[in-house]
Amino acid sequence: MAEATTTPTSSPPGAVARPVLGRTQRRRRTEFWVYVFLLPTIVLYGLFTVYPIIGSYWYSFLDWNGFDAVKTWVGLANYREALADPLFWNAFKVTVLFTVVAVPVKVLGAFALALVLNSPRMPWKGFFRTAFFLPVVTTTAIVGVVMQFVFDPASGPINLILLKLGVIEEGINFLGDSDTALWTVVAVFTWKWLGQTLIYWLAALQTIPRETYEAAAIDGAGSGRMTRYITLPLLKPFVIIITLLTLESTLQVFDLMLTMTGGGPFFSTQVMEIFIYTQAFASAAPRLGYASAVAVVFGLFICLVGLLQLVGIRAAQKARASR
Amino acid sequence: MSQATDVSTPSGPTGGLSRSTRPVLPSSRRRGRWRQRIPVIIAVIVLLFLLVGWIYPFVWMVSAALKNPIEVFSSGLNLIPDEPQWDNFRRAWVDAKFGTYLLNTVLVTGFTVIIVVVRTAMTGYVLARYRFYGRRVILGILVATLFVPAGYTIIPVVDLATRLNLLNSIAGMVIALSGGAHVASILLYLGYFSRIPKELEEAAIMDGAGFLRTFFTVMLPLAGPVTATVTLLTFLSTWNAFFLPLVFTFSRPDLRTLSVGMLAFVGENSTDWSGMAAAATISLLPVVLLFVLLQRYFVEGIAGAVKS
Repeated sequence: MAEATTTPTSSPPGAVARPVLGRTQRRRRTEFWVYVFLLPTIVLYGLFTVYPIIGSYWYSFLDWNGFDAVKTWVGLANYREALADPLFWNAFKVTVLFTVVAVPVKVLGAFALALVLNSPRMPWKGFFRTAFFLPVVTTTAIVGVVMQFVFDPASGPINLILLKLGVIEEGINFLGDSDTALWTVVAVFTWKWLGQTLIYWLAALQTIPRETYEAAAIDGAGSGRMTRYITLPLLKPFVIIITLLTLESTLQVFDLMLTMTGGGPFFSTQVMEIFIYTQAFASAAPRLGYASAVAVVFGLFICLVGLLQLVGIRAAQKARASR
Repeated sequence: MSQATDVSTPSGPTGGLSRSTRPVLPSSRRRGRWRQRIPVIIAVIVLLFLLVGWIYPFVWMVSAALKNPIEVFSSGLNLIPDEPQWDNFRRAWVDAKFGTYLLNTVLVTGFTVIIVVVRTAMTGYVLARYRFYGRRVILGILVATLFVPAGYTIIPVVDLATRLNLLNSIAGMVIALSGGAHVASILLYLGYFSRIPKELEEAAIMDGAGFLRTFFTVMLPLAGPVTATVTLLTFLSTWNAFFLPLVFTFSRPDLRTLSVGMLAFVGENSTDWSGMAAAATISLLPVVLLFVLLQRYFVEGIAGAVKS
């Protein structure tokens, strides 16, 4: 080790204090490189993730249209306005409604599919998994645009199929009717991302050793009882993690929503992100301060969800530890 | 579910293996086996139906891309075009500028992936293997910002980009996208590097490798599987990015990426269904092909989130 410390430093041979000097020198050099390695992340991440989070608070106290140099300090006025704005509460309601419906559908649907695909006697497992996963890799914004056409009331294939089957008399304006628009997006969203939750479940199911089932079979347990008494209890810790991962991804629906409905008709699909976007970029009189205030309130809401997540993961770890 | 039915035959703990070696028994056993197969057959049939519905939108898209613009409306549910219309692709590629959009997307994605892989690997490495001043603070900030929706931070990002002169440029998009949340990748590298035994590093130092050589010639090559996962996940999120490219290219239509170009295209040509379908096919084909070729890595990358 003593010789080793000197090798990287090309200090002149013959120096008496060579090993000691070499070591401290090397340590200092290492320290230097550690910070050099961190630099790209500190700069990039600091500028484009950490600063914007803090910056949002600053902007939320301003009245600013984004073009002028003039930014007026208005204190809490933006927050007061947001909390009194029916459109803000509408966006909040739509976001929560979307999440509350989409998450259970996705988690349970994927679970049922995973149970079937995890069966050792199921043929073409890899093929099915690939097919159900396919929508996950496709570009959400592109899919959203294509879906506008798929759900078209006059010539879209969904309506043509329903007409042919005799389910409906005339084409349904899925995305143009405020009663159906949100649910249509929920359906497409589930289709688009189910594969991801499916992979989570399959990974979770693979943690259960096959011997457990075999032992239960020797004891005379049937398939239904095995699912109930082995699979479900052993999956309990994963239920929390998977639900939370799914929840997190469900809060980000901007791409799909903007390309499928743009928030309409009559604000019926205007989720929070669309509301922020409209206020900040897509209106004739952009209000970046107000949009920031909305973003902060929404962000605090997500923080709350995140906190719940932390509690949830703790609970999951505890459940796993006590197993 | 039917995993259970498999082993419920009284064939002992060897399960499915014994099936071939099991002595031939009278018809009652065979009938039992048939009864066992029925749920599997039903499941396969149900899944096949589901599957057809699942990939139908893509099939419809490709079919519409090959039909002539009037045929899309008139042919109803018939998926096979009378005669493939390659002109739709020319229209999308040249007139609607999807060739340019594709190039922009490739450039943005390529550079972003390189920057993100290098930066997350370096960060994960030093966080995993060195104790230094500020380590815990950095870790804390990273974990706290693990999930931040794009919509929440977009306004300061745009303002910052304007002031740094990054708006309306490919380079600006790359820098902003690679600065976005890639915490999961850092954590993946961190976990992997912290499991590599210390002796390897010491051996490298013995051989005279400095800090940089140790990292680039010993540690980074060892982390190959993580690099594959991070590359794929970053590729996917960047190729599919929408919000940031949208607001970064408001005044420069020629810099649009595929996803942004698509929205603009239907905004301008809402009746050109076959052109839209051709453009969508051009946009989705690269990522779908890559997925089919490398699907194992995609699946492992996604599954990693649960396992860790």
